[in-house]
Amino acid sequence: MLSGWFILLLSTVYMAILFAVARFGDARADAGKSIISANVYALSLAVYCTSWTFYGSVGRATSGGLSFLTIYIGPTLMLLMTGVILKMIRISKVHRITSIADFIASRYGKSQLLAGLVTIIAVIGVVPYIALQLKAISASLDVLLLDSDAGFLPWWLDSTFLIAGLLAVFTILFGTRHLDATERHEGMVAAVAFESVVKLLAFLAVGLFVTYGMFGGLSDLFQRAAASPELGRLLQLDSSRAGTWTAMILLSGLAIIFLPRQFQIIVVENVNESHLKRAVWLFPLYLLLINIFVLPLAIGGLLHFQGQPFNADTFVLTLPLSRGAEGLALLVFIGGLSAATGMVIVETIALSTMVCNDLVMPWLLRSSRIGASKDLSRLLIGIRRAAITLILLLGYIYFRAAGEAYALVGIGLISFAAVAQFAPAMFGGMYWKQGTRAGAVAGLLGGFAVWLYTLLLPSFARSGWIGNSFVEQGLFGIAGLKAQALFGMSGLDEISHSLWWSLLVNLGLYIIVSLNSRPDAVEAGQAERFVDVFRHSTQETDTRIWRGRASMDELVNLLERFLGPARAQQQLSIFANERGTTNWRNLPADADLVHFAEAQLAGAIGSASARVMVSSVAQEEEIGLEEVLDILDEATQVRAYSRELEAKSQELEEATTELRAVNERLRELDKMKDDFISTVTHELRTPLTSIRALSEMLHEDPRMELNDRKRFLGIIVSETERLTRLINQILDMAKLESGRAEWTTSEVDVRDVVRESMDSLGQLFREKGVALSGELPETCPLVMADRDRLTQVMINLLSNAVKFVAGETGKVHVRLSADDERVRIEVSDNGPGLTADECTVIFEKFRQGGNTMTDKPQGTGLGLPISRQIVEYFGGNLWVESEPGAGANFIFTVPLPGPEEQQ
Amino acid sequence: MKQASPTRQRLTALSLIGAPLLTYPMLNLPSGDLAGIPAQFFYLFGIWAGLIALAAWVAEHKGK
Repeated sequence: MLSGWFILLLSTVYMAILFAVARFGDARADAGKSIISANVYALSLAVYCTSWTFYGSVGRATSGGLSFLTIYIGPTLMLLMTGVILKMIRISKVHRITSIADFIASRYGKSQLLAGLVTIIAVIGVVPYIALQLKAISASLDVLLLDSDAGFLPWWLDSTFLIAGLLAVFTILFGTRHLDATERHEGMVAAVAFESVVKLLAFLAVGLFVTYGMFGGLSDLFQRAAASPELGRLLQLDSSRAGTWTAMILLSGLAIIFLPRQFQIIVVENVNESHLKRAVWLFPLYLLLINIFVLPLAIGGLLHFQGQPFNADTFVLTLPLSRGAEGLALLVFIGGLSAATGMVIVETIALSTMVCNDLVMPWLLRSSRIGASKDLSRLLIGIRRAAITLILLLGYIYFRAAGEAYALVGIGLISFAAVAQFAPAMFGGMYWKQGTRAGAVAGLLGGFAVWLYTLLLPSFARSGWIGNSFVEQGLFGIAGLKAQALFGMSGLDEISHSLWWSLLVNLGLYIIVSLNSRPDAVEAGQAERFVDVFRHSTQETDTRIWRGRASMDELVNLLERFLGPARAQQQLSIFANERGTTNWRNLPADADLVHFAEAQLAGAIGSASARVMVSSVAQEEEIGLEEVLDILDEATQVRAYSRELEAKSQELEEATTELRAVNERLRELDKMKDDFISTVTHELRTPLTSIRALSEMLHEDPRMELNDRKRFLGIIVSETERLTRLINQILDMAKLESGRAEWTTSEVDVRDVVRESMDSLGQLFREKGVALSGELPETCPLVMADRDRLTQVMINLLSNAVKFVAGETGKVHVRLSADDERVRIEVSDNGPGLTADECTVIFEKFRQGGNTMTDKPQGTGLGLPISRQIVEYFGGNLWVESEPGAGANFIFTVPLPGPEEQQ
Repeated sequence: MKQASPTRQRLTALSLIGAPLLTYPMLNLPSGDLAGIPAQFFYLFGIWAGLIALAAWVAEHKGK
């Protein structure tokens, strides 16, 4: 039997571990080594899973089957909207937002009215939810202690109160370490992430125990349920509740970002925007895991306790206990405790910040009480600590008062519906510049009133605290005003009904009033900065729309009063450093400083109060709405221009690079031209010199022997021929290169070309004793080309080959082949071959194979370049494959005409 | 205008695909049971797990 003292001891030890984790987290944060990684961030989001998930989901599944899943599918879908959440985080960082109330107030012109309104809605909506957590702890204790002596504590002290007290101490210690509420509570986040792991493990353990220990696995449970008509109903989704299903997904999707504790964890405690990338899948995975065994547990409980009285909300405890697994039951109890405490801690911190900054501060600032006090930072911390205690106390009182009035699940959804009222003002504020303060106030008030009337008051009526005539007969007996069937709308469950009407009224009022009101200057500026946060994240525009006079002393005095002298001076020094001054006392009291002071104050007391305080010491000139809009517009335009300028200069740079490249190419061409001319003149001079020398000899010596005379004349003739050939080829080359060559394109059978060339050079081969062989196919497709030009290429290749092979042993082989795309001609020889370098060099003008320094030049050096030009003109290629000593293989291809050209 | 990051766009697309898949009338489609487990149970957890897996892949995928 579990003793009460033992359980209390266990709870205390567990809380001590939490303190240790939080202490460790804070110590690491102070040392600058944050333990908040992406995984810790994602796990801390699971503060969403409260005891309502831990105990209540099973209870809900016993009546609604799988419909409990909607509460977890909604957050999955909402979290995937990363753009929205990222925008919330970015706005909050830029504007030093401390809570959801601060967010809405800051967007609509730093309005104290709105901040207070949001705070009141949040407190009324969420305190019952805190009560629910306390109730869950109390209920689980009752189950564990069912048979033991309940009176182990004095009557005035009950265990739930003790735990609430411990929670208050924890929250005060780790939630109010710094005054600056935008500063993160890393220890608290670490503790929450730790609790998330504990509750998941505990729930999985009991799920596995019941599914596989008490029953024969998932399919056994489902089959036994299907056999009973009553339980079989739970396995099927009820399509008549399709509307409720969708409404629940919407509701929970809104709750995941608008519940004060969720906003605190997702937005305020976010260390690094990139952590969101992990959370976007890890947190949904967590939700999936913690929900797998909910339905099996519900069915298992219903099967096990058939015919006995039972409370489905505590199945996770009673099932293991019924089998005597006390250890597991204790683990489950700790898991439930984790779920409850995590939620209470974060929710209380979030609410206390809101209460302090948005309810108490405005009231204090208005009364003259604090005028005399020098250092207000202690007072602020004190207010926040008192708020924490008060909220927990309120929760405890509510829990005591409400007692057994509701099922666990009921309160959770009522809270969700309350915070869903923030949706129009939040989304509108982030994406719609025209949304105004008046619209937001009207929407929130309308939606909240409808929520109050259709959801909260009926739940009071059901507890018997107030008469239920407005639910049964309608207000003043008007049937159309029945609280849970407004204007006769029935067929919906109470939550969907309330959500539908409240959001309709809220959104309608927000839009209609916004469209019919004009924002003031501050508001328009904030709207611009919120909606375009990704463009306005620099401070430059903030300082431009403030104009006025301020005194350095007064600003510093203000900061010292609210932040404490030490912290104020530390922040001022940091600010001075950023602006390049070492001593902050030398700073000018300009718009930048005023803005800095306001931002610092906003982190401590909220944007609305900060604005009031700063304007009390700085004489701000009134700037009209038009002017603010002009300045902001101008800033946007300047940015647009600078972007344009950037694009232009980039274009310019590209053009410059291009020009430089072209210039480089031109220089190269010029150099090539010079080289060409000098090579050509050199080539021309060689034969000319020999002609001239021989002619002179003939001219001067009339008695020369006839034989010598003949020999000399023969040389002159051949040199002249060479000269002519050279000139012809240069002309040819010039024509080809300038594109002025004349081409007569017709259908050509390449076999004819090859045969003809071989015939015409046959004599040359025979003279040198070189064997020439050909290999021509039976048929060969016709190509479109200039027959004479092709012959020129062929003759050039053959005459090159015969030039380089050795006499008598030389062999030259011509091979013609064709495939679907091209005709291929190879001229291979068994000459000395070419090195890899030579294989490319010989296609350059005036470059010849062989050693030109020692050997007599064997050609003009233009044949191959010309041949290549010709082949490329027809769309083919000319190249050589060779290795030294292995002969050379010259190959060229001529493409076949495409099908459309053939027709 | 600054372009929204492709990762963000892909995740949002997942959300927009997931919403119709996890609501009516799609939920009416699965019927009967698989290995003794109701098909709707399988369907809901399957689609949900699939979304999470895709989101993990998109979010943790390095580069563009």
